[in-house]
Amino acid sequence: MKASFNINGKVHELEFAPHARLLDLLRDNGFTEVKCGCREGFCGACSVLLDGELVNSCMVYAASVGERKITTVKGIGSIHEPHPIQEAFVEAGAVQCGFCTPGMVLATYALLQRNPDPTDEEIKEALDGNFCRCTGYVKIIDAVKLAARKVKEND
Amino acid sequence: MVEKLKVTPTEKEFRDVVGKPVVRVDAWDKVMGKAEYIDDCPIPGCWYGGTVRSDVPRGRIVGIRQDPSFDWSKVVFVTAKDLPGPNEVAMVRRDMPVLAEDIVNYVSEPIALVAAPTKALLKAALKAVKVEIEPLEPVLSIEEALEGKNVIWGNDNILAKFEVKRGDVDEAFKEADIIIEETYRTGHQEQLYLEPQGMVALPRDDGGVEVVGSLQCPYYIHGAMTHALNLPPDKVIIKQAVTGGGFGGKEDFPSLLAIHAAVLALKAKRPVKIIYDRAEDMVSTTKRHPSRIRHRTGVKKDGTIVAQDVDLVLDGGAYTTLSIVVLQRSLLHATGCYQIPNARIIARAVATNTPPNGAFRGFGAPQSIFAMERQMDKIARTLGLSPVEVRRKNLLKSGDAFPFGQRVEDDGARLVFERALAISEYERKRAEYSKDQGPKKRGIGVSLFLHGGGFTGAGEQKINGKIKLFVARESVELHVSNVEMGQGAATVLTQIAAQGLQIPFEKVKYCQPDTSKAPDSGPTVASRTTMIVGKIVLRGTEKLIMQLKEYVSRHFDVSLEDITYAKGTFFENGTPLADFFEIARRIEEEMGPLEVIGDYVHPPELNWDDEKCQGDAYQGYAWGANVLEVEVDTDTWEVRPLRDTVVVDVGTAINPLLALGQVEGGSLQGLGYGYLEVIEMEGGRYRNNRLANYAIPTSVDCPDFFVELMEIPCSRGAFGAKGLGEMPLSGGGPAVASAIEHATGLFPTRLPVTGEILTSLEQEGDERRS
Ligand code: FES
Ligand code: FES
Repeated sequence: MKASFNINGKVHELEFAPHARLLDLLRDNGFTEVKCGCREGFCGACSVLLDGELVNSCMVYAASVGERKITTVKGIGSIHEPHPIQEAFVEAGAVQCGFCTPGMVLATYALLQRNPDPTDEEIKEALDGNFCRCTGYVKIIDAVKLAARKVKEND
Repeated sequence: MVEKLKVTPTEKEFRDVVGKPVVRVDAWDKVMGKAEYIDDCPIPGCWYGGTVRSDVPRGRIVGIRQDPSFDWSKVVFVTAKDLPGPNEVAMVRRDMPVLAEDIVNYVSEPIALVAAPTKALLKAALKAVKVEIEPLEPVLSIEEALEGKNVIWGNDNILAKFEVKRGDVDEAFKEADIIIEETYRTGHQEQLYLEPQGMVALPRDDGGVEVVGSLQCPYYIHGAMTHALNLPPDKVIIKQAVTGGGFGGKEDFPSLLAIHAAVLALKAKRPVKIIYDRAEDMVSTTKRHPSRIRHRTGVKKDGTIVAQDVDLVLDGGAYTTLSIVVLQRSLLHATGCYQIPNARIIARAVATNTPPNGAFRGFGAPQSIFAMERQMDKIARTLGLSPVEVRRKNLLKSGDAFPFGQRVEDDGARLVFERALAISEYERKRAEYSKDQGPKKRGIGVSLFLHGGGFTGAGEQKINGKIKLFVARESVELHVSNVEMGQGAATVLTQIAAQGLQIPFEKVKYCQPDTSKAPDSGPTVASRTTMIVGKIVLRGTEKLIMQLKEYVSRHFDVSLEDITYAKGTFFENGTPLADFFEIARRIEEEMGPLEVIGDYVHPPELNWDDEKCQGDAYQGYAWGANVLEVEVDTDTWEVRPLRDTVVVDVGTAINPLLALGQVEGGSLQGLGYGYLEVIEMEGGRYRNNRLANYAIPTSVDCPDFFVELMEIPCSRGAFGAKGLGEMPLSGGGPAVASAIEHATGLFPTRLPVTGEILTSLEQEGDERRS
């Protein structure tokens, strides 16, 4: 099958098998910043935004994406202009092995979009679907709070 | 006249970096999604490799049949018969085959390998292989292994045995007021690094092979590859890709995986990549050793321990992997943070027909410390004393000796313990929670733990690690075989080198390990990287500065004693002469590339007798204390950690931010081990073999952490650092059990403490009462 996909603001004409998952479509076409940790909807390493909504791309059929805008971690900032969430993760020490990080950053993005001022409990709830085996979540939660402050300052 | 050399006011550039929360060198790449893990690296013409596995725990292979209707010319197929060298994965021993040949010894044991140009074809080929196995009666538990009815390893199923003795336990038992006895058990634990195992092998024109992958120990793999492939050392190159977590899981297992990928690549004459999916990773890779530990402790009425008898057994699984060394560490941590005047510890690792167990953060210590800490609670409970009092009475102080003879050098145990009790307000909360009414009960528990940094005994001497510093134009490259896997090694070693050379942090470049460039500084294990390898790096920096000084002395005709070096500048009696990179450039121009090797030097005061298991087992001990508060719903037996106070002595924290990250992450893994992470076995198979049924802590399970670093420097570590990476994991298990005991009155003896265990403990209690 062939269809066009809007990925990080650019339209790509891509081929895929009828049952291909969005995760594979993305990874097979070079968007390897989307990680695969389980392929069964548990770890959140494959998180992307679909029209701003956080999804596990391993649980989404590529064929079902349609017109919706796909955003990966590379779509929210660049090395010259990192997103405040990315800055916050770096500054707070929220990155260790980094395998969960793209998903975590996007989960944070989705959270702050709908709730710019989350409490600790709300942060924990929002990140529940994104596993991190390295950090014990402490610095990640710190990073989300720092990011919330930064985003507000930028507004 | 002496030619003037460049002098830059480097004071402005150089700043102290040791002890500073420097931003990780890999943080930006990771947060931008730019870091390439092994499955992200584009490799032209790469085929996909896969594994045919045993589905029985023990049996004889009668036939391997390839379906004739499949076109085998399109793929590469390998069985034990096709291996280019000995069918052995060289680790501590060579008892594990690359591919099972005659007998299979565990469910998921590799039997054959396939490589194919596409994933679809690989899947079809794997399906077209049928292995016929005649089942044999398996050995599936520690008890069955010890019983010896079926012998599956050596003459008696014993993979390793060690003994430590101090004083006279039997005599001392006569002096005791009471002898307290209990058996403790712990289950498997899965490392669950978020990035599954993966390896790419690329054949080389010279007949050799290069392997790139997710790994902790480049030279372990290098050794195993040269052995199994019958290749000279210079024809095997191992490179590390960005690694998404290891925790010991990528210490031993990658040797097997690398050989598999290489065998396929050599036969296919093209690159082959094997990436496990989560399910394959969970069923076939090594886990933490399950244990059965029996304690008999002679105590006085006031809680003083007079003697301790420990019988410790680890389940090693089907082959040795690292069980010998894991067992040794287990044995040496068996009496925890306590002074035991008379001790007898017998430790055995047994073989069973289950997947081989291997390294996992803590490396045998978490099992031992769980049992010892529980035993302390049992003593308190039996004598009607508080768990804190019993611990205080028996704490190791500076000058005390461990059962294996080594003297304790600081009061870390007491200091971390008292501090944790104070900042957690333990006594007040203990009293308050004891009054909880209704089904939801809170409890507060303690645990004390320690970890010996670096290899056990003579291990560091045997490895004899080396590092290389290479001076490039405006930077210094650091070549080591210790990997960055999330723990922060790349940053911390860079800090150590920059501080040692007194040049800006940004001018030191940690190079991703590559055995064709980096000398063997040893594996990335045993909490040794910062402490031990850091010290070797420091020695390298001293050597490099000395070489530059000698040049300055010749060039300016100044005696060596009159030259000082600080912050990147050489001085003669206070007058600046030249700067670091200017001198380095001169040397390079005159004499060629400038590089130095830093060597390991064993502290002469440390002695170890491997036969007797006596002497200085470790170069320094890091100490930790947990005070954990939980809430237990006594209707559903659901356990919720509320608050975890963790005080750890890590020696000098080279990078406090990263150190905290290690402690927090390790503590949560320890809590997971304590109450969440269950692996049940059924017929030699893990029942919990996917994320759907193996729970690790997520953000909502995470208690409020209060972590405090205490820094009691250790002279044998770089800038006073102690080994820190593994220690925090040991605290969680016993703290959970202790807090649950306080909340419920039940006495768990097993990890993880699940709802099921609590239900059965309650029923037993009811039976005893009725
Ligand atoms: S890979 Fe999609 S949730 Fe784990
Ligand atoms: S940083 Fe390793 S899994 Fe989160």
